[in-house]
Amino acid sequence: MEHIGILEGREKQVFEKKIGAELSDIACETSSLSGSVSQRACVFCGSRVVLYPVADAIHIVHGPIGCAAYTWDIRGAVSSGPELHRLSFSTDLQEMDVIYGGEKKLYLSLIELIEQYKPKAAFIYSTCIVGLIGDDIDAVCKKVAAETGIPVLPVHSEGFKGTKKDGYKAACFALMKLIGTGSTEGISKLSINILGEFNLAGEAWIIRKYYERMGIEVVSTLTGDGRIDAVKRAHGASLNVVQCSGSMTSLAKDMEEKYGIPYIRVSYFGIEDMSKSLYDVALHFPDHPEIMEAAKQVVSEEVKKLYPELQKFKKALTGKKAAIYVGGAFKTFSLIKALRSIGMSVVLAGSQTGNKDDYKRLKEMCDEGTVIVDDSNPVELSKFILEKEADLLIGGVKERPIAFKLGIGFCDHNHERKIPLAGFVGMYNFALEVYQSVMSPVWQFAPRKGGNR
Amino acid sequence: MLLRHTTKEVKEREGLTINPAKTCQPIGAMYAALGVHGCLPHSHGSQGCCSYHRSTLTRHYKEPVMAATSSFTEGASVFGGQANLLAAIETIFSVYDPDIIAVHSTCLSETIGDDLQQITRKARDDGKIPEGKHVIFASTPSFIGSHVTGYANMVAGIADQFAVSTGSKKNQINIIAGWMEPSDMREIKRLSKELGVNIVLFPDTSDVLDAPQTGTHVFYPKGGTTVAELQSTGDSLSSLALGSISAEPAAIALEKKCKVPFETLDMPIGLRATDRFIMALSKAGNVTVPDEITADRGRLVDVIADMEQYLYGKRVALFGDPDQIIPLTEFLLDLNMKPVHIVSGTPGQRFEKQMRQILDERSPETKFKNGIGADMFLLHQWMKNEPVDLLIGNTYGKYMARDEDVPFIRFGFPILDRIGHSYFPSVGYSGGLRLVEKILTAILDRQDRDALEEKFELVM
Repeated sequence: MEHIGILEGREKQVFEKKIGAELSDIACETSSLSGSVSQRACVFCGSRVVLYPVADAIHIVHGPIGCAAYTWDIRGAVSSGPELHRLSFSTDLQEMDVIYGGEKKLYLSLIELIEQYKPKAAFIYSTCIVGLIGDDIDAVCKKVAAETGIPVLPVHSEGFKGTKKDGYKAACFALMKLIGTGSTEGISKLSINILGEFNLAGEAWIIRKYYERMGIEVVSTLTGDGRIDAVKRAHGASLNVVQCSGSMTSLAKDMEEKYGIPYIRVSYFGIEDMSKSLYDVALHFPDHPEIMEAAKQVVSEEVKKLYPELQKFKKALTGKKAAIYVGGAFKTFSLIKALRSIGMSVVLAGSQTGNKDDYKRLKEMCDEGTVIVDDSNPVELSKFILEKEADLLIGGVKERPIAFKLGIGFCDHNHERKIPLAGFVGMYNFALEVYQSVMSPVWQFAPRKGGNR
Repeated sequence: MLLRHTTKEVKEREGLTINPAKTCQPIGAMYAALGVHGCLPHSHGSQGCCSYHRSTLTRHYKEPVMAATSSFTEGASVFGGQANLLAAIETIFSVYDPDIIAVHSTCLSETIGDDLQQITRKARDDGKIPEGKHVIFASTPSFIGSHVTGYANMVAGIADQFAVSTGSKKNQINIIAGWMEPSDMREIKRLSKELGVNIVLFPDTSDVLDAPQTGTHVFYPKGGTTVAELQSTGDSLSSLALGSISAEPAAIALEKKCKVPFETLDMPIGLRATDRFIMALSKAGNVTVPDEITADRGRLVDVIADMEQYLYGKRVALFGDPDQIIPLTEFLLDLNMKPVHIVSGTPGQRFEKQMRQILDERSPETKFKNGIGADMFLLHQWMKNEPVDLLIGNTYGKYMARDEDVPFIRFGFPILDRIGHSYFPSVGYSGGLRLVEKILTAILDRQDRDALEEKFELVM
């Protein structure tokens, strides 16, 4: 593998922080080079992950079966009630539909589904092929909405029309059509929406409780444990709190423009960022000092519990090195801080969808010698992990087996996390998971990092 | 309960698939291509396709899965993907250095009319394919057939584009693997060796998707059928295609190109199908069956006899891919069990024909359906109307099993929540033994769980 260098044409998407090295702009937000073994997904994937957790709507994938099959319940976005989102609905387009168009099939499917399940709304995702054959899904949606009386929302997520980020935007556009259509009666002035929190492993519930303990009303969580009625009245909140900035900042901006609701960007990973996300909300309500008091109370109670527990992990993990390759860059910032708090340093940091500002900030945060990558591939990741002697890789489903083959620990910070990693309790879980994996006895039996036992 | 949304009343649906019992062609093509040594599968379409297929295969095997993509953009979709594919071929050979690139199409590239044969020829003419390297292709539009069709198309492409007839026959038999696990392919090789027949098995994902932990990430693991072996298939005495849907098209391609005669068999799952495979292979290789294989068979029969009382009459629902569930249905009947509902999302009349042959005499009332409308929603409705004692199918069956409180055995693709399928075969007599063990464990565990205290038995 040594002979495989950095992919030609990718030099600009890789940067190593060294003294004297020019802090030139890293190339990002571009589509991947043809022929690369990219870890990235498509526009449809972006829309699907954002809207998927809305549990009382039907989500119908308009296209051949694959797009629906591969996204059937793969993301652990938990619902406290209805679970319509966990079913897989597809128009399963066939050759004849591709030739003659799939509008009729979509119409009939929608009517059938709405009659059967009585959902609060329907989202219709268009896939690559729908963009090519030119089905007018807007017209079908309009017709079905008029006939059934529920919102039927097209999501223009043709896979080839950009990157995953464009899919986020298409999803936000659909949500924006719902927001503002419900009553805001009875909503407190001390209220927020939580944006970009998808309730993986129940994380939104944890975060929501912290805010409620501060005396803040959470009007809507977008979209974790999502309900159409809550989305409809989201414009009644006083502040939008945006996490996972890649996916929902555009919605926050639109809401600011249309409804005058300001937004802040937060992260719920790690003690530092979690605390800050409570304080920042309290700061937004300066006329209510009791909220800041309550926030301090929450942080102090939680940290008091958490801090001693973390020490045992820190003791074992101090000096260990981590590589991070996740979807959004914002997550990377929090992870760097969270890892530092348990004694670990970061030797590789990268994302699939970061923008220029994100990478600039990454450079500032990282230690000397840290490699920064955009839209990486397995060859590159393996190369840097071995060179930098990382002990841990944080990534998603496709990265996991690579870490294990290399003989290092792994933590899934993506769809497949099984335990909540957000909030103070999440920091404990995160440290425990990292500790378990890095210190696992299995590595004693493994020819670690290509060396001999 | 998760699938409480499933209604009991079965209604004709106009165009809707709910909870599919299939996925699309390209993932099958990717899986097949991984069974060729030194091959990098390439998805000619949007980035998402490649990413989804790699993720699904990774979840199923818990192994790294390497594949490249043409990364279509809006421009490519208007002007055609030729430039993307040519650029991709160049990039891949210069950076990832495979021996072979196996290109498959997607719904996107098929609809815009990209001609893979023409583009790969152009790549060759333009000198983009280095000496001694290969680019092969298969057309795998997602709106036709299923993942099984995609597998069949790529395997046929491999046969057609590699096989060479030199005019002098080699003393070897081709075995074309239908869609089966690496463990199954390993077992086919072991059985052939024990029989003493020289074979070329393709594709062969053993030692690719069941690779050991070595401390390095090997881009091209040591397994997979080699180019030399694939080229030699044109000189083989005959071919055995294991699976009429996923393997036969490759056998036909070989017959057409190199006049290698073939016989199509069921995948050797269960007693009878394994008998037929062993007989066919011993005949093709002109060898007698060694005692050790006869003893293996005897052990399987012995276990079935020992435990027959617990199997008798048990009602089974099953779903999955045709080449796997056709012989499995036959095996269930031989175990004196009762398959009552069978569903496969893969379309095609062969399924119905073969199922009829198996079921007409022994269980004519069994309900089965494949193709459009044959999804897990329908199967679940059937189960609600006529309950079963056991469900067999891929991981997605767990929702139905939980909802109906029925014992469940994972079998097929994908299995995302258990291990074992890549390591323990389902084919051959030992595979049959494993299936019987799994079935008995599921049934007896349930009997123990539900038994009244006075009927809770120690010896079973």
